[in-house]
Amino acid sequence: MNDGVAVRRLAALLPPGRVLREPAHLAAYESDGLTAYRQRPLAVAIPETQAEVVALVRLCAELGLPFVARGSGTSLSGGSLPVAGGIVIALNRLNRILEVNPVERWALVEPGVVNAHVTAAAAPHGLHYAPDPSSQTICTIGGNVAFNSGGAHCLKHGMTANHVLGIKAVLATGEVVELGGASREVAGPDWCGLFTGSEGLFGVALEIRLQLVPVAERFHTVLAGYRTLEQAGEAVAAVIGAGLLPGAMEIMDALALEAAVAAVHAEYPPGCEAVLIVELEGPREVVEADRARLGPVLAASGPVAIRVARDAAERMAIWKGRKSAFSAVGRLSPDFIVQDGVVPRQRLGEALRCIGEMSGKVGLRVANVFHAGDGNLHPLILFDGREAGALERAEALAGRILRMCVEMGGSITGEHGVGVEKREYLPEMFGPDELDAMRRIRAAFDPGGLSNPGKMLARGEAPSLQHAGLHPLERAGVITRE
Amino acid sequence: MNALKPTTLAGLVEAVRGVERLRVEGGRTKPGLLRGDGAVLSLGFLRGVVEYDPGEFTFTALSGTPVAEVAAMLGERGQHLPFDPMLLDAGSTLGGMVASGLSGPGRLRHGGVRDFILGARMVDGLGRLLRMGGKVVKNAAGFDVPKFMVGSHGRHGVLGEVTFKVFPRPAARMTLRLRAPGIREAVGILLEAARSRFDFEALDVWPGSRDVMARLAGPPEALGPMAIEVLSRWPGECMDGGEAGTRWAGLRELGWVRGGMSVARVPCTPGHVAGLLDHVADMHLMSAANVALVSFEPGAVRGRLEKWMKTQGLRGMLLRGDGRMWLGASCPMGVEEAVRRALDPLGRFGGPGDPDEGHDGNE
Ligand SMILES: Cc1cc2nc3c(=O)[nH]c(=O)nc-3n(C[C@H](O)[C@H](O)[C@H](O)COP(=O)(O)OP(=O)(O)OC[C@H]3O[C@@H](n4cnc5c(N)ncnc54)[C@H](O)[C@@H]3O)c2cc1C
Repeated sequence: MNDGVAVRRLAALLPPGRVLREPAHLAAYESDGLTAYRQRPLAVAIPETQAEVVALVRLCAELGLPFVARGSGTSLSGGSLPVAGGIVIALNRLNRILEVNPVERWALVEPGVVNAHVTAAAAPHGLHYAPDPSSQTICTIGGNVAFNSGGAHCLKHGMTANHVLGIKAVLATGEVVELGGASREVAGPDWCGLFTGSEGLFGVALEIRLQLVPVAERFHTVLAGYRTLEQAGEAVAAVIGAGLLPGAMEIMDALALEAAVAAVHAEYPPGCEAVLIVELEGPREVVEADRARLGPVLAASGPVAIRVARDAAERMAIWKGRKSAFSAVGRLSPDFIVQDGVVPRQRLGEALRCIGEMSGKVGLRVANVFHAGDGNLHPLILFDGREAGALERAEALAGRILRMCVEMGGSITGEHGVGVEKREYLPEMFGPDELDAMRRIRAAFDPGGLSNPGKMLARGEAPSLQHAGLHPLERAGVITRE
Repeated sequence: MNALKPTTLAGLVEAVRGVERLRVEGGRTKPGLLRGDGAVLSLGFLRGVVEYDPGEFTFTALSGTPVAEVAAMLGERGQHLPFDPMLLDAGSTLGGMVASGLSGPGRLRHGGVRDFILGARMVDGLGRLLRMGGKVVKNAAGFDVPKFMVGSHGRHGVLGEVTFKVFPRPAARMTLRLRAPGIREAVGILLEAARSRFDFEALDVWPGSRDVMARLAGPPEALGPMAIEVLSRWPGECMDGGEAGTRWAGLRELGWVRGGMSVARVPCTPGHVAGLLDHVADMHLMSAANVALVSFEPGAVRGRLEKWMKTQGLRGMLLRGDGRMWLGASCPMGVEEAVRRALDPLGRFGGPGDPDEGHDGNE
């Protein structure tokens, strides 16, 4: 297809200034949270209405032009990486909260609405939107839906998919569909469940109806410090084994603690190699009763120190340290890879030990911050991209960690998605028949393979991506990124 | 023709490959969903728990395993599927529960079947045994086909094995009957209660009643004080534990449905409740008015019900009775047929020509 024709047709759809073509303007869209990959798109379209998005997708369908929907570009797996010769549909301006219905407890939002803004809009009604990725102050609901994003409170509340009631979307064919609705139940197959987590391969979500839940009346947030990471892991098993269902259970290891201290001046008990955060939530009577059961379980788990948040401010401080950990690690190392894998919860200790051994062997430091209650690991592999071969070694280690997760019966991703980063690993989890079935499903939604091609499913699809690695100037040590 | 009765996953694959067209049945507890022509594939013999590690809070079982068996197994370890699976005594199977998407009153608090399924091994229309989803509580790799199978009524594949996550079972429960003079007031209470601090496990209106049945669950010492406050807010009383248990069990088994009546599951919103009630014989309203199980006379009454449902954009699924499986509004999507064909290109599980596939076939 002729690029010139495509650009002219695009320019006819949107007013000047909302189709970006200049390299300087495109630069901001060349990469997402997985900065090792980079690709310049043909153009970036910035729609402001749903009708404009529909028109753009229909134009792409007509011209056979690949497109990538983009929210805030915080994907850690290269999900919103542009496609060579294709366009980016940037959805940040579709950021209206269309309705908050406190009585039926839902919010109807456009895809560019930032996750935390939904909770802010629901707060006056004593409600909130439960999924809380650490990136919640920037990432969008559209991105969350595409990746079925999770957060610290998945253990009790589930992931994005458990909170999406309805989706209006324009499919890659140009068909506009309404999946689900205002009820928490549907008759017939769970289309919303299928769309959620489809990584932008079906089309573009235009409107999403989210379930809101009452803010818990009481929280009981405990931070327990341990001498070893393994002890912290065992404490998790003990808490779950006691029949408690905390809202969240998170672990940070020594390196992650060091980072949080540097970044947000978090304070942790001295002498501990790992910290476990356990948060109970619910009606005050229930939390009081559960608290009485949690106390002895934690005391018996051999902690160095236990701190209980005495008020909302202390609770927020604990969570601030935890949620800032990813970015904070940036202070410890010029570059890092955030990995995301899942192991059966009872094999957490073993998994962490293996990661420690592997990291020692290749001489790369690994910080661990993770959703312990779900067995969802987030090893952060630190490296210096200016060092020859360092990125490759880091990627090799990341790959070994993923293989370990699969071998343990877990998953290559708990919440960050497959994207470009892990498409080579998907065949380790699924056989050829399963992958073929997924391709067939994808083709049902997108016969032309135009919507976010090359993501999740490797090869067999039209335009492929190039692994650009580091920017040449970065490689030369002229610029760095954080 | 005799039913095919595989006892293993390999046998299931062979059975599917051996016929051109088939329909699947599990425990025959929702006969309204059993229809279509072709060979009968009975999954009642494909049973047994494959994996259960209580410390992992997940289990994997063959799809013909009775849900009651699983519930008993979980119960022994203080665990449960928190959505109150239905029709346990009647013999419903895990596969039937998934295919029908039928959850019980407990779905209010933590979600329903769709929120607890993690993985499935299923045979697609090409006769391939596929392992979709995963076995760990969190997994974002690949399309979430197991969720899609919930409510898919066997049209997209035959479930052979399913993996679920489970939760610790609350140590105690207490059911409160909150008095409402009429259905509108009852719905008002449901909505308020669902937003309250009490984190109710179930909020239902029982058939034949206009009262709200509110179930608290948690540590025993917490429930008394909460119940007192609930009853000071809405007039009512605390039900005797034994009586409440019997009543919930009766609901679970559809014991309230009178002979000769059809039963359907109708997802709805609070605004639909009063109108729905006008068009049915009886109704069990679940989950703070998000879904109703309704009973109605077949024939003309069903016709009027469906006509009204269409005006409201409501769509339901028949659980018991004759006639089309779908009730009310249809929501035709081009992609629907494309996805069905992706998973079942040969139309093994019913396709075009299937009376239930027509979108607007009036009775
Ligand atoms: C510091 C940091 C912390 C993070 N913490 C977490 C965490 O705790 N949990 C977690 O799950 N993730 C986390 N993430 C990952 C990331 O924030 C999530 O994946 C998020 O959902 C991406 O949202 P976004 O708006 O940035 O989407 P983008 O990165 O712009 O896009 C992500 C994907 O969604 C697709 N997409 C976007 N909008 C639409 C739409 N409207 N319709 C269809 N497809 C669409 C894109 O094509 C792409 O494939 C973190 C990331 C960072 C940088």
